[in-house]
Amino acid sequence: GPHFISFLASPSALTGSALFFHYTWRRNCSSAVMPRITSHYTIFPRDKDPRWEGVEMERFADEADVVIVGGGPAGLSAAIRLKQLAKEQEKELRVCLVEKASQIGAHTLSGACLEPSALNELFPDWKERGAPLNTPVTEDLFSILTEKYRIPVPMLPGLPMNNHGNYIVRLGHFVHWLGEQAEELGVEIYPGYAAAEVLFHEDGSVKGIATNDVGIAKDGSPKDVFERGMELHAKVTLFGEGCHGHLAKQLYRQFNLRENCEPQTYAIGLKELWVIDEKKWRPGRVEHSVGWPLNRNTYGGSFLYHLNEGEPLVALGFVVGLDYTNPYLSPFREFQRWKHHPFVAKTLEGGDRIAYGARALNEGGYQCLPKVTFPGGMLIGCSPGFMNVPKIKGTHTAMKSGMLAAEAIFPKVTAEDPASETAGLHIPEYEDNLKKSWIWKELYAVRNIRPSFHNYFGLYGGMVYTGVFYWILRGKEPWTLKHAGLDSAQLKPAKECTPIEYPKPDGKLSFDLLSSVALSGTNHEGDQPPHLTLKDDSIPVANNLAIYDGPEQRFCPAGVYEYVPLETGEGMRLQINAQNCVHCKTCDIKDPSQNINWVVPEGSGGPAYNGL
Amino acid sequence: MSRVLVGVKRVIDYAVKIRVKPDHSGVVTDGVKHSMNPFCEIAVEEAVKLKEKKFIKEVVAVSCGPTQVTETIRTALAMGCDRGIHVEVSGKDYEAMGPLQIAKIFAALAKKEEASLVILGKQAIDDDCNQTGQMTAALLDWPQGTFASEVTIDGEKVKVVREIDGGLETIKISMPAVLTADLRLNTPRYATLPNIMKAKKKKIANMKPADLGVDMVSRVEVLRVDEPPTRLAGVKVETVDDLVAKLKANGTI
Repeated sequence: GPHFISFLASPSALTGSALFFHYTWRRNCSSAVMPRITSHYTIFPRDKDPRWEGVEMERFADEADVVIVGGGPAGLSAAIRLKQLAKEQEKELRVCLVEKASQIGAHTLSGACLEPSALNELFPDWKERGAPLNTPVTEDLFSILTEKYRIPVPMLPGLPMNNHGNYIVRLGHFVHWLGEQAEELGVEIYPGYAAAEVLFHEDGSVKGIATNDVGIAKDGSPKDVFERGMELHAKVTLFGEGCHGHLAKQLYRQFNLRENCEPQTYAIGLKELWVIDEKKWRPGRVEHSVGWPLNRNTYGGSFLYHLNEGEPLVALGFVVGLDYTNPYLSPFREFQRWKHHPFVAKTLEGGDRIAYGARALNEGGYQCLPKVTFPGGMLIGCSPGFMNVPKIKGTHTAMKSGMLAAEAIFPKVTAEDPASETAGLHIPEYEDNLKKSWIWKELYAVRNIRPSFHNYFGLYGGMVYTGVFYWILRGKEPWTLKHAGLDSAQLKPAKECTPIEYPKPDGKLSFDLLSSVALSGTNHEGDQPPHLTLKDDSIPVANNLAIYDGPEQRFCPAGVYEYVPLETGEGMRLQINAQNCVHCKTCDIKDPSQNINWVVPEGSGGPAYNGL
Repeated sequence: MSRVLVGVKRVIDYAVKIRVKPDHSGVVTDGVKHSMNPFCEIAVEEAVKLKEKKFIKEVVAVSCGPTQVTETIRTALAMGCDRGIHVEVSGKDYEAMGPLQIAKIFAALAKKEEASLVILGKQAIDDDCNQTGQMTAALLDWPQGTFASEVTIDGEKVKVVREIDGGLETIKISMPAVLTADLRLNTPRYATLPNIMKAKKKKIANMKPADLGVDMVSRVEVLRVDEPPTRLAGVKVETVDDLVAKLKANGTI
């Protein structure tokens, strides 16, 4: 689109009625004037906005049998399975998939060690089809790190982390391959178009989605190139937005899907790709660690996988549970300093970093599974959250959930008379099938491992619990432990915590935030309303900064949030650098005020990951 | 009423960090995010605008390269072009392809399609050559209006306001002509989803350079590609004497 133009040209000037609407507000007890931050129409509706008077808001609409939101493992597996069934039974089915990334795989980020169980079911001939599973796991190492040393932990068969039979993959490339298979089967895939709105029938059931509008200026006013998004209507809509989807957030409220489960808990995962010295390359080797640099009460750990695709490439990264309590903690800087540990540094020395990215992931497991079906739609993949946390794998369960959804949907959407009470089909059979599947058994067996970390001994208590109850009893203990509650409620006030002294990046092993963000290839049209919307613009300074010292400056892996001094008067203001966003969703999860609502920006914005 | 040829090039997206291949033969393109060259977007927009104002009847989008460039042609079709032409070039020919080869292809197509205008972006953001438009005009022996920031059709002539070093230059040239688009010519419209769907029904003809009588042999051989040297950190000095001493020490003065 016109991105490049506003990139080079000067920022749009405020004119006419825009100036009238661009208000500033004053805090009660100071003369400081805060510029407005949020201008998105989800916070300031356009029907009450004088700048939108007379603008044509009618949308073009099209019909499909099934619409899928999200081109990740779950969405693509569902699409593929639907088309496979259609081919088998010689029925016609229109399946449309929308994806906010500019190409399939560009927003995909994961370790990853793929368990091929679901893939074997979806495409038994995946090898002949050229699926990029090139690196079988040959070695599996687990360590507890201290500042200088490493304690090896034997990887006994039966432990959840054992990777025998799995493949190290570049998930972005695997997802891209899934996209090609889907297109071959006739799925209509539209990358670069984000689902921005859920549409409802009069009876309250889901009618479909509308894609994002384009051409709205940073101050929320319409530009010359303004165009409405498009409506895609379907008999049933699948939502596969990945961890903490923004439309899913709305659906939970709308249909009360979370009334019988615990609130989801999360972690943030940061990842880099390095080309290393050939002499240090051990293709097929999987390394995991816990311990340093995190203390025993902060959940998290690292991964380092040696790929086997020609170049001496390693995928490495760091995961931090978002239930951490110290607002001075920076997951990015923990990751950077972990790389200096002698055991890690020796692999990376002499190498070159070529990619960086970050994404939130689910940690809640079984206890946090919501209802997944509602009139007109269903939730698949990491969105409801089928990740097996101790195994640190969610791709196989995400794919399987998509396949189960397809299998439940197919007879209903191809039936002569769907016999549905609501205009949008309600298909509870999907949830029944999930409960009978290996996804459920797997998640049930590991349900107590993550919550077992909430004890005085933290990490070590958790490991003991895993050793005793999982390895010996396979999760058959009759109790189910609870998580600690919302991640956003776990932060302690800054004055009760000690700032953490992080070492400066050395530019060889560790790096600064901005050069890392540049490597993600992320970019957005600059002249659009910030998609990190605040329900109340005054809360960041009044609450987040005042009580927690602005933790968003530290947990955002892309430098979106900055507290900067006011140009006039005393005090600080929050500056949102929306263009840096890598769509990780951490801010929406961890904001202690729960004031940040991440919504989707103009389609094709965001990171440009290549095989992450 | 006339026909316009618009050239669109598929390039690595401007926000992506470029990486040199380990063998230094070029840059890594596999799996990397690509998009339409921004100046080509402006060219397409201008052509579609001329059609909307009824100065021209048909806009044909042309791209040269492997199968992936059809995505770029589809985007041009979604922006309002009527049909597309994919000139298939792949492998070594594609790697060696440069402005001269493209210009020969466009010259041949301009004659074949009886085009009144060929509109191109002023340059591509990957090679920054700024040569294709000029070479095409020379091969056709047509007038050229390059670095266009304003285009007005006046009967059989075109008035072009050009961005030049000294300011703006206004020229009047006869059609048929070649124009190249500069930044301020227009603001390209978005390719919206309904238009992308409609574009799937528009035709993209497929051909090879040989079908146009064009020989893709390049007289240019790329020897080596390197990253720019890493910028050294600056050094702060306390006094002017220190500065002079340092400048003498490294031989600058």
